[in-house]
Amino acid sequence: MPFIPHTDADIKAMLASIGAKSIDELFDEIPEALRAGKLTRVPEGLSEMEVARLMQARANQDGQYLNFIGAGAYEHHIPAAVWEIVTRGEFYSAYTPYQAEASQGTLQLLYEYQTMMASLTGMDVSNASLYDGASGLAEAVLMAVRAHKKARKILIPRTVHPIYRRVVYAIVRDQAIELVEVPFDTKGGHTAPESLKAYAGGDFAALVIPQPNFFGVLEDVDALTDWAHSNGMFAIGLVNPTSLAILKPPGEWGAKGADIAVGEGQPLGAPLSSGGPYFGFLACKEPLVRQMPGRIIGRTVDKDGKQGFTLTLQAREQHIRRSKATSNICTNQGLIVTAATIYMSLLGPEGLERVAAACHANTLATVAKLTGIKGVSSVFDRPVFHEAVLRLDIPVGDALHALEAQGILGGYDLSEHYPELGQALLVCATETRTAEDIEQYAFHLERVVSKRRLDPPCATKVNA
Amino acid sequence: MLIFEHSQPGRRNYSQAPLQKTDIRDIPESLRRRQRPKLPEVSEMQAVRHYTRLSQKNFSIDTHFYPLGSCTMKYNPRACNKLAMLPQLLGRHPYAPQSTGQGFLACMYELQEILKDVTGMKSVSLTPLAGAQGEFAGVAMIRAYHDARGDRARTEILVPDAAHGTNPATAVMCGYTVREIPTDADGDVDLEALKRSVGPQTAGLMLTNPSTLGVFERKIQEIAKVLHDAGGLLYYDGANLNAILGKVKPGDMGFDVIHMNLHKTFSTPHGGGGPGAGPVAANTRLEPFLPVPMVGKLQDKYFWETEKTRPQTIGRLSANMGNAGVLLRAYVYARLLGREGMHRVADFSTLNANYLMAELTKAGFTAAFPKRRATHEFILTLKGMKEKTGVIAMDVAKRLLDKGFHAPTTYFPLLVPECLLIEPTETESREELDRFIAAMKEIAAEAASQPDLVKAAPHTMPVKRLDDVKAARELDLTWKRPAA
Repeated sequence: MPFIPHTDADIKAMLASIGAKSIDELFDEIPEALRAGKLTRVPEGLSEMEVARLMQARANQDGQYLNFIGAGAYEHHIPAAVWEIVTRGEFYSAYTPYQAEASQGTLQLLYEYQTMMASLTGMDVSNASLYDGASGLAEAVLMAVRAHKKARKILIPRTVHPIYRRVVYAIVRDQAIELVEVPFDTKGGHTAPESLKAYAGGDFAALVIPQPNFFGVLEDVDALTDWAHSNGMFAIGLVNPTSLAILKPPGEWGAKGADIAVGEGQPLGAPLSSGGPYFGFLACKEPLVRQMPGRIIGRTVDKDGKQGFTLTLQAREQHIRRSKATSNICTNQGLIVTAATIYMSLLGPEGLERVAAACHANTLATVAKLTGIKGVSSVFDRPVFHEAVLRLDIPVGDALHALEAQGILGGYDLSEHYPELGQALLVCATETRTAEDIEQYAFHLERVVSKRRLDPPCATKVNA
Repeated sequence: MLIFEHSQPGRRNYSQAPLQKTDIRDIPESLRRRQRPKLPEVSEMQAVRHYTRLSQKNFSIDTHFYPLGSCTMKYNPRACNKLAMLPQLLGRHPYAPQSTGQGFLACMYELQEILKDVTGMKSVSLTPLAGAQGEFAGVAMIRAYHDARGDRARTEILVPDAAHGTNPATAVMCGYTVREIPTDADGDVDLEALKRSVGPQTAGLMLTNPSTLGVFERKIQEIAKVLHDAGGLLYYDGANLNAILGKVKPGDMGFDVIHMNLHKTFSTPHGGGGPGAGPVAANTRLEPFLPVPMVGKLQDKYFWETEKTRPQTIGRLSANMGNAGVLLRAYVYARLLGREGMHRVADFSTLNANYLMAELTKAGFTAAFPKRRATHEFILTLKGMKEKTGVIAMDVAKRLLDKGFHAPTTYFPLLVPECLLIEPTETESREELDRFIAAMKEIAAEAASQPDLVKAAPHTMPVKRLDDVKAARELDLTWKRPAA
């Protein structure tokens, strides 16, 4: 029996102790009619060897591609030591540190994580993580509404990740919170501060400020933050953690700094893995700490005065406050935060800065190379971090299919969410892309674009 | 020591970052960072040693019996981890075309089918990132269902008083008010009170079965009828699905929507508090409202189901489809167990719990519901011990740590005084259970003869009992270098 250690002798002795004749008898309080259901669709059990063969075949089927997609999830080098340590059983198979004395490893690590994230974002405090960046933004919105007390409307620029905007809507809509979208400047690809004038006096609780924004473009964060504050709303910075090694952290935006910083933690040591598990980070200024959702770790002393770590501010949480909790969240993404903490320790400030700068340089090199192709042009004229929007003179979907047949994932097709941009493509080149990779991409894109109106290579036609 | 205390300015790992430092001149000065973040500057070996040592300060399933009630801390098979971390699976971008993810999508589709089968539901969405998000999805679906019918008078969610705290918190997130239903002396929902509470204002009832009291809710069919007759819907909190896996299907009990905790029932790792996975399943009535994306299949090709094919969906709960890597681990676990392995989970987790309850009762402990069968877990109440010796449940919990056992869940559910909620799971051997019983007997003896020893526990952990009041009053949430 997989993972069940009982021998026949064990079963017999245990039933005798209970005073039952069979294991089935232990279910005799359950109405007979409910015990009739048989499993029909669960397949027969396999040995580990057979499952390994199956999984390897599935993995091989998916293969490996030269990736130029970013759009919220980024391919970075992850030092070998990170997941070697993360998958140690003592981290991997422990639970939420309710028994602090038997969980000092996890608790101290989370305290170190909070320290690193607060410093990276320029904030006073950080929680111990949320599920992911998108749901983290929803929690930041709820937090701003709680703290603001009066207003229940939120300004979200269209330069925020389109899926994030949908997620926020799905999570907050039943609490009578209204999301108002702000259009972007079609020349710069940013949220023009002067365009916000239309919303002044509109009774908003917060302005969301993405940096870099979904297009990779750098927003004028100082002006946006100051505008939010001078109009009586909180400023929520939605940031990429890698970029913070070289970009001004939200805590220093404008005259007073943003109030909340939130974002997707995946770039800090989590593999792409089809979208998860990742983690969301959330940091804020001191006065908002009691409005934060999720687990928070504090440093304290034990009864001998020795330093120790414990879950704190639990009076905000569902298991104490029930219907009055700040959120229904119980878990953080502990294991992925373990990866992030080790990742940041191994890279250090200099390492993370080099990674960020290399991503930036590779993206600029990719843009320069690709826009050298006839029929490919840049869409926006403002500086970017590690992504950029390109326009093609053929349908983006066709181009991506053709590139896929050459083993290249050419980027994220923007035509569904931003039809006004025409045939637009979001490309990203992190530090993992080499000059040869970029060369290869440009070589194939040139062929694809120049063959416009002809059929794409036949290998892609099946699924087209 | 903290990692920051190992740090020295200028120390770094040359292999772990690009060898060339590239310039960022085109980024305007005003948008650049002025001061470096205070990340540690340590060698690779210092980091490895520091975090390895930290890991050794944890209790975990791999090192200790962990009978934490309601959390299902069973063995996490290593194969699940290894096979979910094959390079192609780790390297796949979430927005890579579905044509490049047929292997991955096949696993997800089959996992949906497996979960449909064990829950007896029509359709499954894997997208919720944790149990609490699965709960949110389920209640949001109930709301969407009533809204779609134009029935806006239903403003209230009913929750048993023994329910997990997430239930009322979730109901409020979905814009509902909460009404609590009392529990009767045998641990069942008070049916008469329920009948008095339902009405045209009732949107639904959130129920865990077996309940958080460690007993099966025997009147579940009547409860379902009361709710449905009143026009309300029945929500199943899958926290305790391990107790009935492969034996009883929530769909057959009359539930309309359910969430599962794959980190419990399907043995994905708890990871020090996450990531979890909280798929949600629905019957025909609620199916159209399931969160997207889901995985569909058409002529041997797998594809993403989105808002386009499911226009009534409550929407998206994460940037992608859930914690994919966790879902892969659950899939591998399900394939290893197979059809005939599922009900054994329920059989042996129930056998282990009933054995522990019987032996501990014989040893003089008091079960909260002595006339009931234990499910996969049961409650002891230490009220008698407290009255006689002054030793409380928390003291016993801490003393168990000294004896090499993680503590059971303490002080939950709130309505049983001085309670320990004990869940051994099916993966523990009889010898391990016997060692736990022996430790409990020793502690009972210590409580009688030297109560101060128990009240001061733990004595052998890296720290003694921590000052939680100081932690909350004098908030210290980030490390600052002490002034030289």
